[in-house]
Amino acid sequence: MEKRVVFRSAWLPYALVAPQIAITLVFFFWPAAQALWYSFQLQDAFGLKTQFVGLQNFVTLFKDENYLASFRVTAVFSVLVAVIGLAAALVLALMADRVVRGAMGYKTLLIWPYAVAPAVAGVLYAFLFAPSIGIVTYALRRWFGIEWNWLLDGEQAMLLVVMAAVWNHVSYNFVFFLAGLQAIPRSLIEAAAIDGAGPARRFWTVVFPLLSPTTFFLLVINVVYAFFGTFGLIDATTQGGPGQDTQILVYKVYHDGVKAADLGGSSAQSVILMLIVIALTVAQFRFIERRVQY
Amino acid sequence: MVEKRPLLTALSHAVLILGVLVIAFPVYVTFVASTHSLERILEVPMPLLPGDQLIENYRQALSAGSTKGSQAPVGTMLVNSTVMALGIALGKIAISIISAFAIVYFRFPLRMAFFWMIFITLMLPVEVRIIPTFKVAADLGILNTYLGLTLPLIASATATFLFRQFFLTVPDELAEAARIDGAGPMRFFWDVVLPLSKTSIAALFVIQFIYGWNQYLWPLLVTTDESMYTTVIGIKRMIVGSDATNEWNLIMATAILAMLPPALVVLVMQRWFVKGLVETEK
Repeated sequence: MEKRVVFRSAWLPYALVAPQIAITLVFFFWPAAQALWYSFQLQDAFGLKTQFVGLQNFVTLFKDENYLASFRVTAVFSVLVAVIGLAAALVLALMADRVVRGAMGYKTLLIWPYAVAPAVAGVLYAFLFAPSIGIVTYALRRWFGIEWNWLLDGEQAMLLVVMAAVWNHVSYNFVFFLAGLQAIPRSLIEAAAIDGAGPARRFWTVVFPLLSPTTFFLLVINVVYAFFGTFGLIDATTQGGPGQDTQILVYKVYHDGVKAADLGGSSAQSVILMLIVIALTVAQFRFIERRVQY
Repeated sequence: MVEKRPLLTALSHAVLILGVLVIAFPVYVTFVASTHSLERILEVPMPLLPGDQLIENYRQALSAGSTKGSQAPVGTMLVNSTVMALGIALGKIAISIISAFAIVYFRFPLRMAFFWMIFITLMLPVEVRIIPTFKVAADLGILNTYLGLTLPLIASATATFLFRQFFLTVPDELAEAARIDGAGPMRFFWDVVLPLSKTSIAALFVIQFIYGWNQYLWPLLVTTDESMYTTVIGIKRMIVGSDATNEWNLIMATAILAMLPPALVVLVMQRWFVKGLVETEK
């Protein structure tokens, strides 16, 4: 879409885009190019000499059992966060769309966790589930006989970060599902009801298919959130541990680059992550194009 | 609803109330913990009703901070967080609205090249290019400054897109009328475009304020000086050891203080928040 009416000036448009372009060049393109450049370099142990090694960093990465493990951890984490988060939000949105009384109140009470920083969400859950003093840990031991110690048990650590991430992101999904539900024409649902379809039948044959664009969009967003948005959450709780059981890819980039100072390996990981982000973004845009045809 | 099903309605309310409770529970426990002395919290199980140390804990946190780990007062951190969140939100809005205006209302060489340059930044979250970006900031000498906290996060493709989409829906007749009346482009921008964009600006402000306030990885790297910590970083820095050695009463008070401003922004500006969320992502 283009404007018919435009203004003319030889310099003004350049002056107007200049701030944004300058910041983009300095803080996006230059660092991204450097990451790409470093990913082909190997630094010696003292950081004194660097040497061009082509794709060797990437080959090393994919032979590294730790890196492959981090891939698996990220996959499990993002699938759990996306599936549980979407399911919970969809149920809440369906119910909130149904009720008349108190609808506004419920909505207000359900959307505010969006405002909580992932790192703070992590701290809250770390406190609730703290192995020795946590109130939920106590309840689990007392009522269910479950020993909860995510500092030692990798699966429990994973569950903890998944719960915190879902809690943190459920309101976002909720807002979108509710908007999606309210955009479904009432006449369609009424027609289905007249034809004798009950609430469950109406949901699976009418509502759910019409919601599928929203669901797909949210799926991508949730995966992006699990991949990148949860860095603070992981750092505030498990820090990738125990061992590497919750070390997602972004955390490994940070760990290898900042703490272990492995510039080449960390940059190669950055490049791989960039490729993943680009793939996700393209997937999302193809979906938006499809939407236009509706 | 299309039909009356009292049982289903009752179930809906039950599910919603359960959802609200599950979502509120962690914050309730946090609040309770922030009103007790450390000794009371370390008793297992900790009390589930508010105690009497509320004023004591918050005063200690705000003015002096914790005695372990980071010892920076939370008051300073709140100021830093506010400056950072406002800087990012307002900065993003300002540079995006003028670049979107240029891209929509002018024809000039390289226009599409600029558009794509901005567009591509959508694909590169800070987390991905963290180390080289840190180097750039270090070379520019902006570590431990407000400039360093805000500037690298200010370029935003989403905001530019939102404004571009909105400008495309503004009727051409307005620009025509302005031109006939002899208004230049900047006059048109100030008198017509800016007032029309008020809702979009409000919506973006909510989203970007929260984004700025909740930043973690970037401030973690850029601030080494305690006086520059943001609140979110400060909480992390107060957690030093195992369960029992942390001053949980102060950490929890700080957590409440860290949640309050963005939560208030969401609740007060709820209408714009929902609109902003749904629109920036489409």
